Amino acid sequence: MPDTQALVNDFLNKLKKRGSKIEGSQATARQTAELLRSVISQQRVPYTNQAGALIDAVKAIGEQLIAANPVELAVGNIVRRVLHIIREEDLSLTTAAIGGLNLSAVSDDENDDDRDGDSTLSAAAVAAAARSTLRPPSLQTLLEDTPVSAAVPQTSSSGGDSEGKSKSADKSSRSRKLKHDVIEAVNELIQDIVTCHEQIAEQAVEHIHQNEVILTLGSSRTVLEFLFAAKEKKRSFRVFVAEGAPRYQGHLLAKELVARGLQTTLITDSAVFAMISRVNMVIVGAHAVMANGGVIAPVGMNLVALAAQKHAVPFVVLAGSHKLCPLYPHNPEVLLNELRSPSELLDFGEFSDCMDFGSGSGSPLLHVVNPAFDYVPPKLVSLFITDAGGHNPSYMYRLIADYYSADDLVVQRRATAGN
Amino acid sequence: MGAQKKRAAAATAAARVSEDPDDLARQPLQAILLADSFTTKFRPITLERPKVLLPLVNVPMINYTLAWLEAAGVAEVFVFCCAHSKQVIDYLENSEWFSQPNFTVKTIESHNIISAGDALRLIYEQNVIHGDFVLISGDTVSNMLLTQALQEHKERKKKDNNAVMTMIIKKSKPSPITHQSRLGTDELFMAIDPNTKQLLYYEDKADHSKGTICLDKMLLAENPSISLHNDKQDCYIDICSPEVLSLFTDNFDYQHLRRHFVKGLLLDDIMGYKIFTHEIHSSYAARIDNYRSYDIVSKDIIQRWTYPYVPDVKFCGNRATKLERRGMYRASEIEQSRSAQVGSFTVIGCGTKIGSNSKISDSVIGEGCTIGSNVLIEGSYLWDNVIIEDGCELRHVIVCDGVIMKAGAVLKPGVVLSFKVVIGERFVVPAYSKVSLLQQPTVHDSDEELEYADNSSGTVEFSSIQGTADQSNGEMTSESSEAHKPKLGTGGVGYIWSICEGGQEEEWRHSVAPIPEDKLAELSEAMDDDQELVTQDRTALSTSGELISDSNASEGDDNEDSKDDSVYFEKEVEATFLRAVEENVKVDHVILEVNSLRLSYNMTSADCAGAVFYSMMKLAVKTPHSSASELQQNTANIITTWQKLLKSYLLEIDEEIEIILKFEEMCLESAKEFSPLFARILHILYDKDILQEDAILRWADEKEGADESDKVFVRQSEKFVQWLREASEEED
Repeated sequence: MPDTQALVNDFLNKLKKRGSKIEGSQATARQTAELLRSVISQQRVPYTNQAGALIDAVKAIGEQLIAANPVELAVGNIVRRVLHIIREEDLSLTTAAIGGLNLSAVSDDENDDDRDGDSTLSAAAVAAAARSTLRPPSLQTLLEDTPVSAAVPQTSSSGGDSEGKSKSADKSSRSRKLKHDVIEAVNELIQDIVTCHEQIAEQAVEHIHQNEVILTLGSSRTVLEFLFAAKEKKRSFRVFVAEGAPRYQGHLLAKELVARGLQTTLITDSAVFAMISRVNMVIVGAHAVMANGGVIAPVGMNLVALAAQKHAVPFVVLAGSHKLCPLYPHNPEVLLNELRSPSELLDFGEFSDCMDFGSGSGSPLLHVVNPAFDYVPPKLVSLFITDAGGHNPSYMYRLIADYYSADDLVVQRRATAGN
Repeated sequence: MGAQKKRAAAATAAARVSEDPDDLARQPLQAILLADSFTTKFRPITLERPKVLLPLVNVPMINYTLAWLEAAGVAEVFVFCCAHSKQVIDYLENSEWFSQPNFTVKTIESHNIISAGDALRLIYEQNVIHGDFVLISGDTVSNMLLTQALQEHKERKKKDNNAVMTMIIKKSKPSPITHQSRLGTDELFMAIDPNTKQLLYYEDKADHSKGTICLDKMLLAENPSISLHNDKQDCYIDICSPEVLSLFTDNFDYQHLRRHFVKGLLLDDIMGYKIFTHEIHSSYAARIDNYRSYDIVSKDIIQRWTYPYVPDVKFCGNRATKLERRGMYRASEIEQSRSAQVGSFTVIGCGTKIGSNSKISDSVIGEGCTIGSNVLIEGSYLWDNVIIEDGCELRHVIVCDGVIMKAGAVLKPGVVLSFKVVIGERFVVPAYSKVSLLQQPTVHDSDEELEYADNSSGTVEFSSIQGTADQSNGEMTSESSEAHKPKLGTGGVGYIWSICEGGQEEEWRHSVAPIPEDKLAELSEAMDDDQELVTQDRTALSTSGELISDSNASEGDDNEDSKDDSVYFEKEVEATFLRAVEENVKVDHVILEVNSLRLSYNMTSADCAGAVFYSMMKLAVKTPHSSASELQQNTANIITTWQKLLKSYLLEIDEEIEIILKFEEMCLESAKEFSPLFARILHILYDKDILQEDAILRWADEKEGADESDKVFVRQSEKFVQWLREASEEED
């Protein structure tokens, strides 16, 4: 347990540094998931209500993590995803147990085999089944019912086999099983986060066509991989990169694109409108995707989206599933923006005489505001490409409903009330 | 013991020698944090709480410094505590700094240390610093990245073992009017070698009244190029080599880091130690040296220049604060009346209550404060648990913990209320006053470097803080009890400190209040006067604005300065004339002397005439007289005696006009006694054949087109002029 605390503290410190220690939301998401995994594995589980104990533990730490850097929504997303996983696994175990009981009532003599079969059935598949019985089916499960249950069993059954041998009625083995399953599922989540770039990039060929002109703003690892994947598939196209003031990460992106052999044009942010008529598609990354399909993205993105709309250019947002946030942007808990240091805009020394508080009314006439993010409303977005495929903005809330349970939306408030 | 120490020192020295570059890189970076400023600028607050624990935007200052050190990659910090050391140590022990991974904070405590030099000597004796270290004081706010400066320092050190220190500087223009930086520190002059960035000259106490700075000629001889800056700000962050500590030990008279150590190294060319500078551009660094810098750094933090050390980012146990529109930072659990107006760039701490119709702008309100209704708070700093009753007004003040302001009390700009002071109802605290529960120390330390050295570390003071009105009254020393008894209104508790050191005149310089308009106007006027005389000879120097030379200082070196010269010429002529009058020198001799002056100053005869006439009239005024007629008589006598002298310069009509103009000028300015007599004296001059009628008429004609104000004397002598005109017409 002290180990966990040290890990948590270390991570909290990193989060507090605001991006100077952990770069990007993917890394943050992965580290959050890994931290929660070790929290879960170290957490002692009581005989009754094991899921409740795990949820409490994760919530307590999740609250600290979210408070440490409320701007990085990926942290909260992962905390909620893990909570959702615990709930789902718990549910699947209960239904499995109920199923087992039912089965044992029907056939007494062959119950061992049956139970074996039952428990080797993947937790996720059971969860999906439970979802479909206990809740109205989501569009996702309806559409992709077969692939999900077909794809997942191999991964979770490997661990499930040995555990499953023991009696499901046995409490201790069940508790171990719950924890084990949760950890397995979190491992999958981590795997998803790690591979999200490839998953998204795989779809590149479907979207980028020969001789197209793509415009992007700032720098995003996802966008880079996406474009590069299209290039790998022998698509020939050109990329316009808007530099993304004031951090000018577009410069870095342009450099990387050129290094990978893509025809690249660098433009200023203010030239976006002039260039947009030559562009076939805008492909950008996001900081977070909200439940209504709105996007929180680096500053200047709304400008690009409006320009794209004006010229009817498709505006495509790439986002790994860890960036899908179950909150709505009007929610006061969501810290939508962050004001960074004004020194990114201008040199303090040059303007020190404008910043003199020693005369006049004591307040300077010059204020410098440097917001990090823009909000792009859902109506300006043509398509979201996540690791689960392409989606319409209006569909995002359904996708999000699959990843999160409604009980976890407010991690903080519940926890503070508990304190 | 001594031998042991020596051996240890030798061991470290050996270790130092054996270090290869890889070792250097691997060695954890250490820092010395001086948790004491060794000054008294924050009195009376620092009598009760050490400066490093004073809240800066609701977070104790030392946290900014420690958070920065941690982020900058420092592994071990030695916090040197002196005044109120117990408070500092207690605070640190309860803070999260002791439990950080990869970041150790150790405290070194000493009570009898009175300067930074002593502190460093003590640290040297303890032998805890093994490599390069960062020297910083606990009141510094920064967000710079240390890596580059550190890299530069190490590389220089590798090449030149004498490069012992790298000083961090930042561009910041000082005000040309007040000669102080925006942080309230004095204008700083630095000479830096533009190529190597070596610091060659450092002067923070330049004398502006004299208007000159002196550079050693050797500097110019030894260095191919020097850039002299006055727009650099010293951030008081130094990267030092371990030699710095031994230097302090060798030179036991070094006390102040800058005044003694830096200047000492720069002057001392025997050892050849060098100091270099590293300028930061986009990042922030500033030291809180006085109340003005407290105000300004607070505002910089609120304006987010210090990002990520801003109120809404949790960097060191500060409460969760949310940034709202227009730069409003609000913590949780704030009770605010609907009619209260909280303006932009304001920070409000947790659990504060704000009453109806109160207006707050540009201020920082601490935790648990209670603010009544109809209160006005502008540009002020309220610390924790302050109670402001209805109708109070606070403008540009600092109010410490637990202060109570009764209804209707007013604080004028620049006031500082120390801990738990009570201001009575409707009492107006005058501007720039400092109020404390403790009395001003009567024995004033002659050495301003001394911090209030309380070896009992605050225990005595605490009892007094807890004191109620009666207790603190009883505490007063007998001899000064009634005489000093301050009036803080009915129910007020505390003493108003009398202003010392520099007096009222200088208070505005370091106050939290902005410099008042009238003061600025006054100063800029004074500066304009200076400038007027200087402007011409500045042409050569004005490009390097640092070298402001005054008229008095340029003592005739610059011959091209005609205006300046004419002033001197006039003075010389006057002196010559007066001497001639006193010693009865013959007129011819005086003419000779004036001529030689004229040649040496390269003046025209009109100038001579003007000067001679000026001297004569001056003499007339100086001769004792009781009435205007007597003065007229004196003037007539003097003119009669010296008319030959004057005439010798009146070769042309132009010179005569010059005399009239001179006279007019005198009547307006230097010798107003003449103004009623203008026409009569003009007549005398005419009678004595000094002035031709043509000259007077020409003058009158010229004046025709002038302003009404210029015509006073023309009108006065209208009759005389009229008479002259008629006379000349008759002649024709």
